[in-house]
Amino acid sequence: MTVQLDARPPVAPAPRTGRRPPAMRFSRLDTKYSPYLFVAPFFVLFGVFGAYPLIYTFWVSLHDWDLLGSNHPFVGLENYSRLLADADFWHAVVNTLGIFVISTIPQLLAALWLANLLNRQLRARTTFRMAVLIPNITSTAAVAIVFGVLFGREFGMVNWLLDLVGIDAIAWKSNRFASWVAISTMVDWRWTGYNALIFLAAMQAIPRDLYESAAIDGAGRARQFWSITVPLLKPTIIFTVIISTIGGLQLFTEPRLFHSGTNPIRGGTLRESQTVTMYMFENAFAPHYNFGYGSAVAWLLFALIAVVAAINVLLLRRLGGAKPPKDAKSKEGAR
Amino acid sequence: MTRLWAASRLTYAALIAAGVLSIFPIYWMFVVASRSNDAMGQLPPPVTPGGNFGANVSRLLNNTDAYFVAGLVNSAIVATTVTVSVVFFSTLAGFAFAKLRFRGRNALLMVIIATMMVPTQLGVIPLYLLMTKLNWNDRLPAVIVPALVTGFGVFMMRQYAGQAVSNELIEAARVDGCNTVRIYWNVVLPALRPAAAVLGLLTFMTTWNDFLWPYAVLNDPENPTVQLALRTLSDGYYTDMSQVFTGTAIATLPLLLVFVLFGRQIIGGIMEGAIKA
Repeated sequence: MTVQLDARPPVAPAPRTGRRPPAMRFSRLDTKYSPYLFVAPFFVLFGVFGAYPLIYTFWVSLHDWDLLGSNHPFVGLENYSRLLADADFWHAVVNTLGIFVISTIPQLLAALWLANLLNRQLRARTTFRMAVLIPNITSTAAVAIVFGVLFGREFGMVNWLLDLVGIDAIAWKSNRFASWVAISTMVDWRWTGYNALIFLAAMQAIPRDLYESAAIDGAGRARQFWSITVPLLKPTIIFTVIISTIGGLQLFTEPRLFHSGTNPIRGGTLRESQTVTMYMFENAFAPHYNFGYGSAVAWLLFALIAVVAAINVLLLRRLGGAKPPKDAKSKEGAR
Repeated sequence: MTRLWAASRLTYAALIAAGVLSIFPIYWMFVVASRSNDAMGQLPPPVTPGGNFGANVSRLLNNTDAYFVAGLVNSAIVATTVTVSVVFFSTLAGFAFAKLRFRGRNALLMVIIATMMVPTQLGVIPLYLLMTKLNWNDRLPAVIVPALVTGFGVFMMRQYAGQAVSNELIEAARVDGCNTVRIYWNVVLPALRPAAAVLGLLTFMTTWNDFLWPYAVLNDPENPTVQLALRTLSDGYYTDMSQVFTGTAIATLPLLLVFVLFGRQIIGGIMEGAIKA
């Protein structure tokens, strides 16, 4: 066999004339159009299943549109004017903002603190990082069910612990503010470790000689943290606040599964912890199937997210009024 | 100067406390899943595993109203399909954005970054109407097809391709007569493998956990994802919590397994993405 292989005639070079031009034409078409071909799947799929539905929501919100009606008359802004006068909607807005505030602020502060701890010279570094990230990778639905039991009135572990220190049992599901606290605990449990890792990554990018010269100038640890770390982390903090705003104001799974029994989409018998997204679902899907009204809820929620995100960015711009050292500024720019 | 970065005992104590708080609810989920329902009415609440896990599992699997096994199978199908697709399309587009020249590249990239900031979940109502038109309601394509691409994936692969694939390598492949598809397959994809694996893991876990959209579009209780089966259990079986918790434990197990095996890579991916974003 080998003999036969060796005996092959040498490969003749392909005749150049006559073949080269089409190959070159293909190559030119290839370099010109392949990039578009490669990015097209994203834009086509996102356009059809992401962008189009979002924009079409506005169109639906201008109609009296439900599941059964075969025609859906145009009603202009009627859904919006009804919604603005709808007490249950505003109740849900207050719930959502309340849960957002009492979850996000402690969460980001705790994440900063945790990141600061993780930024030390540690043994078992990866183990600690994995431990704080575990909540983030577990199923939200499963965790919401578990927390629903931990916060039970009679036999929940939280009330039992409170009892040990002499605090009376709290009705975590039927007291409005208590249910906000319970749901915020769930959200914070899930996201604190994740945000801590994001902050940690940014902290590790801060050059250490900044801290060294600050220490020589007599700045203690706390001073260094507030005067160097926090100002240099500002872009990252703004990023996490925006992400938390977008996610937090659309909160759904946690409050939905915190409640069980009949009609849990209302978030408790008196809508104690019904969020805006839950209110959108209650109207747009079972039991009402009022697509027009639900779409109006979606757009007002969109507006709310935009407003809150803008306010947060404006507030955070002022963060770290104590000016960072000059060379720190230039290093931040280089990053 | 090292003194500033040394970890004191207090640091360790605080980190251990944070770790215990993080792990406890998951641990306790397995405790309740391995006990009988009496455990729910005990004070102090039990914190050690019991011997009832097997019995609870068989009660859950024989529960003909929960469709738990169907949910597991469906979630496995959906999460696997979505993961393969997201990794494929993200590496493809990420390569194009990082390494190929074309008109409108920067503008299109800005669009992709913008999509990461848009709450697309607010489009569920028209998406539901679209699925009705396509006759996909209550069927798996309804949860698979809209998830086939993500802006996050494209952006992440674009960032990684920028540093992991050298221009010289691509030029050399072109000189050798490789067309763009072959360059992607033979040069770029192997170089992107570590980041693509992290993207795949993150996508798998997100898809496995997804609740809102399946909740809207899969209304047939006989054809749920695993998270919807948990919803059915939680809403209807709150008197039988050991069964419900067995469900949550089994639904969480694949995620824990992935995390124990690849936690280091996942953490690396999250932290690298954070600096570059």
